Amino acid sequence: MKKGRDTSYSPIGSRRWALAVRLGILALAMVFIGIGIARQEHLEVLQKAVRICLECIGIG
Amino acid sequence: MSGMYRHRLKIQVLAAALLNGYVLGFQKGKIFTGKAKAFCVPVLNCYSCPGALGSCPIGALQTALGAGHHVPFYVLGLLMVFGILAGRLVCGFLCPFGLVQDLLYKIPIKKRKVPEKIDRKARYIKYGVLLVMALFLPALMGAIDGIGAPYFCQYLCPAGTLEGGLPLVGMNPALQQIIGGLFQWKVLVLLGILAASAVIHRPFCRYLCPLGAFYGLFNRFSFYQMEVRKDKCISCKRCEEVCPMTVSVTENINSGECIRCGRCRTACPTDAIISRFQVKK
Repeated sequence: MKKGRDTSYSPIGSRRWALAVRLGILALAMVFIGIGIARQEHLEVLQKAVRICLECIGIG
Repeated sequence: MSGMYRHRLKIQVLAAALLNGYVLGFQKGKIFTGKAKAFCVPVLNCYSCPGALGSCPIGALQTALGAGHHVPFYVLGLLMVFGILAGRLVCGFLCPFGLVQDLLYKIPIKKRKVPEKIDRKARYIKYGVLLVMALFLPALMGAIDGIGAPYFCQYLCPAGTLEGGLPLVGMNPALQQIIGGLFQWKVLVLLGILAASAVIHRPFCRYLCPLGAFYGLFNRFSFYQMEVRKDKCISCKRCEEVCPMTVSVTENINSGECIRCGRCRTACPTDAIISRFQVKK
């Protein structure tokens, strides 16, 4: 990590605002994951992934 | 973090090995069936690859949409976490198909530069692939009859053919009996992309990858940011000369096209480019 005066800018406004946006999106993503797990969507992903996906390999 | 860039190739190889670490699968021609596959890996890595330990997020997204009964919160949430943390850093450091393209580009033959006008427009194709093949068509067909196909995987994805199709078909006589025109089409697509990769840097990532398109949307917002220190930059443009994705580094270093390979950073004679996870105000 470079040291010295920090003259960099944030591409989405002030640093405080940028951090708020990042944390907001991260929180939303975590909520999505929570809803998905509550609805057992991860088990649907598992169910699909443990069988050979014929479409994916160009057969189905 | 400059050490990370110096060891990028090693990290890429390690990531590809870890993501496809089920060695028995390659020996037996079968796929991994453990519970780890409930988790989506951050990169385009076919879950029908014999070695794959996790699920492909784009494949999982299409399957969930194709089931036609709900918004795929789980997969979307995971994709958003990866995107907001690192953006396209995962393309540059973790993607096995990106590694394949990088290695092919090292073949010492004459390289081609896509004319800027064509290149600039063609880069939008990947957003079309994301919207139409990975989101809209599976969702539409899923809503109609509840069995929407993963259109991107079925007709375009070269990673699926390379990592899943070829090894499985090669090792399973039963699968060899049922391959047809679709498999030939997918092999043709794969060969085209591999051939192009020898002369153009990462053509699939540039023009076609729906996952790269999705993560590209987060490059500007992600915790991981690249920055040009204006007080140190001498405008020599060395960074832009070496950028394999032809990003305007000094003007838009966090462009959605940047895969954060760090070549600009290592080439900068004044250490004006920095990268870091911005977690403080």
